[in-house]
Order: sequence, then C-alpha cells, then structure tokens
Amino acid sequence: MTNLALTVNGERTAIGAVPVHTSALDWLRDRGLTGAKEGCAEGECGACSVLVARPGIDTPTEWTAVNACLLPIASLDGQEVITSEGLGTPAALHPVQEELAVRGGSQCGFCTPGFVCSMAAEYYRPGRSACAGDHEHGANGFDLHALSGNLCRCTGYRPIRDAAYALGSPGENDAFGARAAEPAPAAVATGMHSSEGEFIRPTTLDAALALLTDRPDAQVVAGCTDTGVQVNIFGSRPALTVAIDRLDELREFEVSAGEVRLGAALTLTEIERRLAGRVPLLSEVFPQFASRLIRNGATIGGNLGTGSPIGDLPPALLALDASLVLASRRGERVVPLADYFTGYRQTVKAADELIRTIVIPLPLAPMTAFHKIAKRRFDDISSVAIGYALDIRDGIVRDARIGLGGVAATPLRARDTEAALIGQPWTETTVRTVAAVMANEGTPMDDHRASSSYRSAMLGQSLLRFYFGGLDV
Amino acid sequence: MSLLSERPAAAVVGVPMPHESAALHVTGNALYTDDLVQRTHGVLHAWPVQSPYAHARITALRVKPAYDVPGVVRVLTAEDVPGVNDAGIKHDEPLFPGEVMFHGHAICWVLGETLEAARLGALAVEVEYESLPSLVTVREAIEAESFQGIGRHLERGDVSAALAGAAHVFRGEFEFAGQEHFYLETHSALALVDEYGQIFIQSSTQHPSETQEIVAHVLGLSSHSVTVQCLRMGGGFGGKEMQPHGFAAIAALGATLTGRPVRLRLNRTQDMTMSGKRHGFHSSWTVGFDADGKLVALDATLTADGGWSLDLSEPVLARAMCHIDNAYEIPHVRVDGRIAKTNKTSQTAFRGFGGPQGMLVIEDILGRCAPLLGYDALELRRRNFYQPGDSTPYAQPVRHADRLESCWSQVLSGGEVAARQAEIAAFNASHDHVKRGLAMTPVKFGISFNLTAFNQAGALVHVYKDGSVLINHGGTEMGQGLHTKMLQVAATALGLPLSRVRLAPTRTDKVPNTSATAASSGADLNGAAVKNACEQIRERLAQVAAGRLGISPSDVRFADGVVRGLSGDGLPWNELVAAAYMQRVQLWAAGFYRTEGLHWDANAMRGEPFKYFAYGVAASEVEVDGFTGAYRLRRVDIVHDVGDSLSPLIDIGQIEGGFVQGAGWLTLEDLRWDESTGERRGRLATQAASTYKLPSFSEMPEVFNVQLLEKAHEDGAVYGSKAVGEPPLMLAFSVREALRHAAAAFGPAGTSVDLPSPATPEAVYWALQRARGGVSWSG
Repeated sequence: MTNLALTVNGERTAIGAVPVHTSALDWLRDRGLTGAKEGCAEGECGACSVLVARPGIDTPTEWTAVNACLLPIASLDGQEVITSEGLGTPAALHPVQEELAVRGGSQCGFCTPGFVCSMAAEYYRPGRSACAGDHEHGANGFDLHALSGNLCRCTGYRPIRDAAYALGSPGENDAFGARAAEPAPAAVATGMHSSEGEFIRPTTLDAALALLTDRPDAQVVAGCTDTGVQVNIFGSRPALTVAIDRLDELREFEVSAGEVRLGAALTLTEIERRLAGRVPLLSEVFPQFASRLIRNGATIGGNLGTGSPIGDLPPALLALDASLVLASRRGERVVPLADYFTGYRQTVKAADELIRTIVIPLPLAPMTAFHKIAKRRFDDISSVAIGYALDIRDGIVRDARIGLGGVAATPLRARDTEAALIGQPWTETTVRTVAAVMANEGTPMDDHRASSSYRSAMLGQSLLRFYFGGLDV
Repeated sequence: MSLLSERPAAAVVGVPMPHESAALHVTGNALYTDDLVQRTHGVLHAWPVQSPYAHARITALRVKPAYDVPGVVRVLTAEDVPGVNDAGIKHDEPLFPGEVMFHGHAICWVLGETLEAARLGALAVEVEYESLPSLVTVREAIEAESFQGIGRHLERGDVSAALAGAAHVFRGEFEFAGQEHFYLETHSALALVDEYGQIFIQSSTQHPSETQEIVAHVLGLSSHSVTVQCLRMGGGFGGKEMQPHGFAAIAALGATLTGRPVRLRLNRTQDMTMSGKRHGFHSSWTVGFDADGKLVALDATLTADGGWSLDLSEPVLARAMCHIDNAYEIPHVRVDGRIAKTNKTSQTAFRGFGGPQGMLVIEDILGRCAPLLGYDALELRRRNFYQPGDSTPYAQPVRHADRLESCWSQVLSGGEVAARQAEIAAFNASHDHVKRGLAMTPVKFGISFNLTAFNQAGALVHVYKDGSVLINHGGTEMGQGLHTKMLQVAATALGLPLSRVRLAPTRTDKVPNTSATAASSGADLNGAAVKNACEQIRERLAQVAAGRLGISPSDVRFADGVVRGLSGDGLPWNELVAAAYMQRVQLWAAGFYRTEGLHWDANAMRGEPFKYFAYGVAASEVEVDGFTGAYRLRRVDIVHDVGDSLSPLIDIGQIEGGFVQGAGWLTLEDLRWDESTGERRGRLATQAASTYKLPSFSEMPEVFNVQLLEKAHEDGAVYGSKAVGEPPLMLAFSVREALRHAAAAFGPAGTSVDLPSPATPEAVYWALQRARGGVSWSG
C-alpha cells in the first residue's frame, strides 16, 4: 500500500516505500530528523525516545514517550509523533529544553534529545501537581521514574534531575497541551509489504484470529519491546507481523466484586494508572519493571506471551492466582497461569491463539510483596523475582502463594515453600526453617547476571526479608 | 604570577555558562558523524564479518557468495590494502587479520547500498577456521607467561630492609575488572574521496591527527592527502583516542575503491565486542606499616590485561605505576609492571588512563589494613598524606601537597562527617538487617602526558574585517566542554564579549600534528595555544590602537569590546580592526604551546612527567541491605581542585559525571567474558545495554554536594586553571570504601572485608555474609 502516513511534528508525511521492518527511528533519521539517536537498539538507553499521541486516561490524548528504535514505522500509520526538533528550536526552546540547557543538563548531547522527550511526557502528564517531594519526586510532582529508561554517560544525572524538578506547568497557550484536549488518532487498518515481509494491523479480534489461523508463522506484536530487540539485535525478520495492541477486544479493564479483568493489550503504564493502587502487589512491581519508556509500550499480554522465565509480572501474577483467557477462532478457554508455562519460552498457547484477558480473582490475599533482585534498581532485568501472597490469620499461615522468576526454565510456584508454610505459626522460627526450603526451590543457573548460588541464597533471604520487612529493620 | 596564568579583570573565563552547543543538543540540531549520512548522496554502508572464535587461523575466506546478495557492492579484504595492513602505531594490529585474536575480531567488511544489504552480505561470506588455544583471563596469561610490550620497574629506597623492619606487614592479591566506555555514540566514520583521490573523513575521534596518519599509511598516501574532521563526539572517555583509526581506515579504503562515500557506524553489539576497554589488572603486593600506622614500604607487581595487541597499554601501565602512591607518602617503593597478552579486545585509554588502576591498589590496601591496624580508615588515610616537601617515588616534588589537607578538612566540615559518623554508628547498632557506611578518600592525579612530546598544541585564530573572530584549535569536543572553555579563553584574551567569537570544527587541515584530546590536558594545551594566537593579534592591534589613541602600546587595554588606554576614551574593537586592516596588519595568527619544565626517563621511571597535580576529596555514605547486598548511595560531598576554574558549570559537570562514571566502574559495571572451555569461549557475555549495566538515575547520589576548592590558582596553566577531565573519576573510591565499611558493620568490630571490584550487589552480599560469619581478611 502506498497511502501509509503519519503526522510528524505537525506535518502529515507519507511512510513511503521502505522495507517492512524499518524502525521508526531509522525512518525518522532518513527524513533528516536526526535528533533521535540509536544508542543501543534494544530500548535500554532511551536516546531514541520520541513522543506519540496516545488515547489518554485523564485527558483525551496523552503525549507518551516511547523507544523509536523498537517500533516498526508501519505501526505508527495514522498516528502523531513529536521529536525533539518538533518541541522547540534553538531560537525558541521548549521549557523542558530551556531548563536542560541552562543547567548543564547536556554534555556530549547525544542522549539529550531522548531525555527531552521523556521529560516532556512527564511535563505534560495529567495529574502531575505540586507535592511534598522525596528522593524520587520533585516538589513540582515530577516523577523521576519518567527518566528511568534514559541513560546518560556524561553528567551523573544531577543537573538533569534539577532541570526536571524546576519545571513549571504548561501554559494556557501551549500547543502540545492543547493538542492533549483533543481526541487521540484512532487506530487504522494497516497493511504494508515489501520484499522482506508483511505488516498487518487488523481492526477486529476476529480478523486478527483469522490471520493467525491461516498463518501460524505470524509474529504477533503489541508494544514491540521484545520483537524489536529480536529484529534489531538478532536479525529476526518475520515474514508476517500482526499488530494487536489497539484491538478494543483486548483492551478491557474491569474491576468487579469477584475479579479484576485486564485486557492483554493494555500497557503496563495504563494498568498502573487505571488500577491506581487497587492491587498492592502489582503496585510494587510497576516501578521496578524495566523503565517508563518500556512500560509505555509493553503490554501485560506481551509479557506473558513471550513465555520468558524472567519476566517480572509472572511471579506476581502467579502469587495473585491469575488466569488467562486464550482466544482463537475455535473459541475461548481459561488457563490458570500456573499451568500456562511448559518449558523455556514455551507455553500451552497454540499458534492460532491470542491472550485476550488476564483475570485476577478477588479478594486479594491480605499480605503481599514483590521482591526483585537485580544489579540496578531502575531499568534492569531481574536475576530473581519473587511474588508473595499470604493469608495469615491469628498468627497462623492459612494460605500461601509464592511465584518465582529467574530460577528455572519457566516462572513457577514455590510449592514446597508454600506447603511448608501453610498451617504453621508466622514466626521467626518458622520463617528461618522455611527459608532453607525456599532456597532449594527451582534450578537456578549461573550467568552474567548472577551466580546460581546467589540466586538460591536470594530465595531464602527473600522470605526473611518478607518477614522482617514489616518491622523496622 | 606567570603571564600564562594571569587573569585580567572582567575576564570571560571563570563565568559559569552552559555548554556552547546546549541549545543544539536539546533541540536535536547538534550534528554527530552519523547524522551526516542523510545529508550525503550515494552513501555505501559497511558491515563486518566477525570471528566466532577467541583465537583461530583463517584457513579459507570466500567472499564471492556475498556478491550474490542484492545490494552488495564490494567486500573489503587484506588484498585491497594499497599501503600498510595495520590499524595502529605499533604495527601489531592488522586491519584485516590472517589469524583472529579475539571473539568478534573483524575479518573483512562488506559494503552495501543499504545497511541491510551489507549485513546480509556479511552473513553470506564463508570463512573456515582452524581453532587455536586461547588465553582469556589475566591469570591464564600470567600462568602461561604471555606478556607483550615492555615491562617496567619503579624503585625508591630499600624495600626489603624496610619491610623487614616494619611493625606490621600484610600481603595480598587483588584482581579487578576493566570497564566498557559506553559512550552513547558508537564508533562512526564517513569517508569521501575527491577528484585527486584525496580523502576527507568525518570521524568520531579524540585524535584526528592520528586517525589521519593511520588512514594515510593504510592507503599508502601522505598525510597531506587525508583530512579528518570531528564535529563533536557523543562521548569519548578515552575510547576514541586510538580505536577510531581502523574504522576510519575501512571507510576510507571503501571510498577509495568504490569512488563513493562510505559510512561505517558500529551498532552497540559490534562496538562492545570489537573495541577496547579499560584495562582490568591483577596485582599482588606486600605492604609495611610502622607502629603509628604510617606506610613504610610497598612492594607490588601490577599486571595489566592488555588484550590481543598493545594499543596504549604501555603508557597506561606507566601511569598506573606512577599513581600507585595516590596521595600517600611511601618511603620505600618497588613496583614491577607488565602487560598480559590475552585473547580479548585490545584494551585502551579510559578516563584516568591507568591512574585509577594504580590508585585502586593502594586504596584497597588501606581499606583492608585499617581494621587490622586498629585505625579508623579515615584516620589511616589522613595520617599518610603527602606533606609539603615530599616527592613521589619517581622523584617529582609533590607541589601543593597542602591542598590534600585543605580539601579533606573542608569535606569533613561541609559534609558534617563527624556528626554523620555518630549517626551511622547509632543506626548500625539498632539495625540488624541494614547497615550504613561512610568513607572518605583523596585524589592526587598528575597532569600532562607521560610522554613529554605529546605536551604541545596549536591553534588558528582569525579576526575578520568586521571584527568577528573565528577560532580553531587541535582539541576535540566530546562533551567535556572544551570548546566552551576555548571560546571563553579567546574572548578573555581579546577582551571581547563571547558573542563575537565563533568556533569552527576540529580539522587536521587547520591545525596539524595535534595530540590526542586526552590526559585531561585539552584545556591546558589548546587553551594556551588559543591564548597565544590571540595575544599575537592583540599585540599587533595594540600598536595600531596606540597610534590612534596617542599612547604607548604597553598601556593599551582590551575589555568588553573596547580598546582603551589607562584613562580617556576608548576605541570600539570593530573600528580598530577595520583600521588595522587598512594599515595592512595581519589579523590572524597561528598559536602554539609547549608545556615547559617536563622531563621523563621512561626506562628508569624517573623524572618530572607532570606539570602539576590535581587534588580532590570525597565523602560517600551508603546503605546496604543485608538480605540482598543491594545498596543506595545516600550522600556524596566533594571538594575538588580545578585551580581557578575556566568555566565553573562545566567543571562541576565534569566532577559529577566523572564521579558517577567511577562509581559505575567500581560497583556496577560488570564485564564478563566466557571463560569456559565451550564453543563460546572468549565471547563477551555482557555485550549490550541489557546485560552491561551502567549507572542510571537510580545510582545518582541522593544528596550530591560538589564544591570547587577556592583560592586554587595554578601558576603554570592557562588563566590559573587546572585540568578536570579525569581526576574526579577516582573520587568514587569513596563509594567502594563506604560499601566495605557497611559490609564490615555486619560482622564483629575490627572485621576486615575483602571486597571484589566491581562491588556488585552479589559481591557485597557475599562480603557481608563472610563478615557475619566472623570471617575477616587477615593479610
């Protein structure tokens, strides 16, 4: 098709005849918008960050920062994008640019356009308002986690933080603020092909499922935060890519008396904002899950769909006793998450099936926690992740569900630990005894992230930390 | 006060100002080498064929299948090289190897109409290998006695006798890791060829003159046929001092053979697997203290892990040996240094250039020994400081040694260290599962290239008839703010507002035979050269002004764009320049500078290689989680000596950035090579941003106070300033020592903690577990 186009910095621009796997970053750069840079090509450094107009939660549109290196340009058909060049010019700097420039927020400047876009997204975030401030929030309500996916090798970050915390609020005449009051661009049916393959964005679930039925080789994508890495780093070139992130049927959000239903295509940011703390265990996961840039693209269905043994959500969702609704043209079925994973990056999901909804039963267990062991607090992959959901009444453990990630070929429940806890008094003696059981869960391996012995030790230590965590340690 | 260091009233130097390109940075308008591709017509793209073995002989190379891939234009191999098949200055780095020396070594390069075509072409190239035995770790190299280059020996006093008479003697070993530069901009070059076959290369290089020389020798051309330009770099940190040359040469060779522009930009994986890093070191040592905790002798052997070729390993080793004393007087010293040859990337310059490695050894020794000697580590360090009148083991007087004490006492008071130590002791006494630690460490760092000849620089300053000024110098901009400082220097020297001065990109056809922008010396050397050029012009203009104003030339003053005598009316700069032109006065000048007073005997390891020392002190406080070993950097206080700052905002940025980068090296950044005997042996396992973690926002100190040492005029340098690029990196030793302090707090009083480097959460966890178990390092 030749009519694919998007709006870039206010100008409608034809996508043109480019290879189907062309990233948004390469496409922008080929058009002379070289502000966005490739620093890592896997969504870790944020040098490629740009703003896209997405349907908002608190305003019709929200400017959302995403990694342009991970998105195929075809996925932005019909959408609106702003780059650092579009936010301001040297003669008329945007407030974010002004603060960064005058405070020494740029040294080599290579990461700077990406920081500008991530910072601008937070500048425009509805609901950002003055607060007491702490070591991760400015008095202007700026959440430092908005910059968790941007790396700077020069400054040591302090002047960037000071710039972020010095920002005021968008004025009445701010064009980008005004745009947010208008509806976001709708998702459009897209079909693009080149000699390398095909990209299709169907507009109904049925059409998507029909495609998967006919083409078992199809690569399903939502935020592309995993597939983008496969394409950029590992040379993956799927013959057919099917985008499902904007399908209404996959975007339900419902909290009823008996359950929480989360559409598979909701991004982690959307879930975080919509849940607003109603599932405390997930509230602990979100700030530790990759970075804001990734959470703006990555979906809950995608995190489960990859079947990774070290995703951060599975241990939490295992502890929450979540189930998945799998849909295909053959119908729908419900699979408990505990039965979903079958091997390294393998699941019970058939090639023609999509994850439609994640269901978390209510009421929630009264005591929950999420522990992530990683080298770095922001934007890192866990060596070990543990989700806890315990029911303790009258000092006795009545029920326990513990999900583990990073200690086996699949995420798994810590069944021996759970059995050893249930019925026991919740005391230091119990916890120390059971910690030894927990340290033997799984079959952790040695790799560059951690040794197997550290991973095992962290399982046992985690239970101790969970116990003592309620105390002033 | 020297003429070089004297600062006029109303100087533009010393005024805090943002980076000269800040408005371009933030709007995405600043251009980097690879941004030029889209502005260039008909560009070919390069992709390497990389070795899957750590060490192997190439027995067959078949490039023909690559030509069957649509869009492949040319495959570059050794047979295409018209000049010397070598990418370095030691002639031990073949550009196209017959024997691959490390996993990822580039064998040949494919040029394509698109990057995708080049990538697919590279996949199609067929290579046969005969695998050879490999050495991956420095210990393996030591065992196999696999060394390269010249080993060095540094000695003062009688170490054996001093150790025999010492009250306390400890012995230890310490092996510590290197560091990936991870400049955000990977290596890139764009080469064009003109009608004479001359080459013009845009290169992300810290050393354009050497890039020019290497390209010339590969192509068999003279240097005057090759021009290298560097607009700016997206970070360098030493990683672009030697390493860009081969990549530029590939692009230039491709352009020569095809007649088309050739772009070579490494992606992150290629950059990490192909380019050199900070040297990891192995050290073994014996140290002696007297009964008062004073160092009496140090006997050490340093082995730098050089990787597969020499590159800059020899000078890196020399600087490590010259910095093993850090800030401490050690009467008797013996240091042996050698360079291991291993099947890894060829390790290279990295901010500090061996200095950090030498200094880390003595700081580790003091950190380990303090509890065993019964001293608080702060006290042990302070009582060993150099005093005025002391000399280094290589016989250089330690000028301004008193600044160590000045910085130290300012950090003690400004950082409320005594009060916080008491708070920390109370906190630790009341918390079983989390402990805090505080440490202070000093930095003394020698400024100048160890190799005396490199301490020269040139500049070219034009004054146009309209009074506008264009400056050019031999230094490169990699984010350190050199160009900002040079604009300030020129404006100061000519008495002009900054807006009248513009800076043109670094090019080898403007200023020739430049030294690398390295060794923190960029502002010292190029600033003095710019100042020299400006002063030549000013002197000529003073003659003209004197005639117009009817005063003596020596009474003419240049300030704020007005030229005047000691009293009376002034003459606007523009008017004076126009008048000078009409009088046929030369309005441009080439400036030159050589650092005076340096001498160095590399064989004897004696002399005065450094113009001066830069000093600083940091105090860091950490909190360690006893369950996991994870930690937070709660507060950092720094007082650092930059002389009289040329540009305070820039200098504070260098201090903060250097500190965090140093903390990354020591705590987080974890280079892991596959040391197994499997088929991936020698492969870098952490070859991406997802696996190699550099500091992010979460590693920034929660409270970060940086002060410049006041009244710190440096008589020997431009406008009284000091170098700032490298020294602050080593202030981060305080973070590592604070972690050691916190880990020790999990054990009984007096526990000595043996802490690996990097001190990752896992490493800290095992260290605190040993402390908990009552295991103390005992030397």
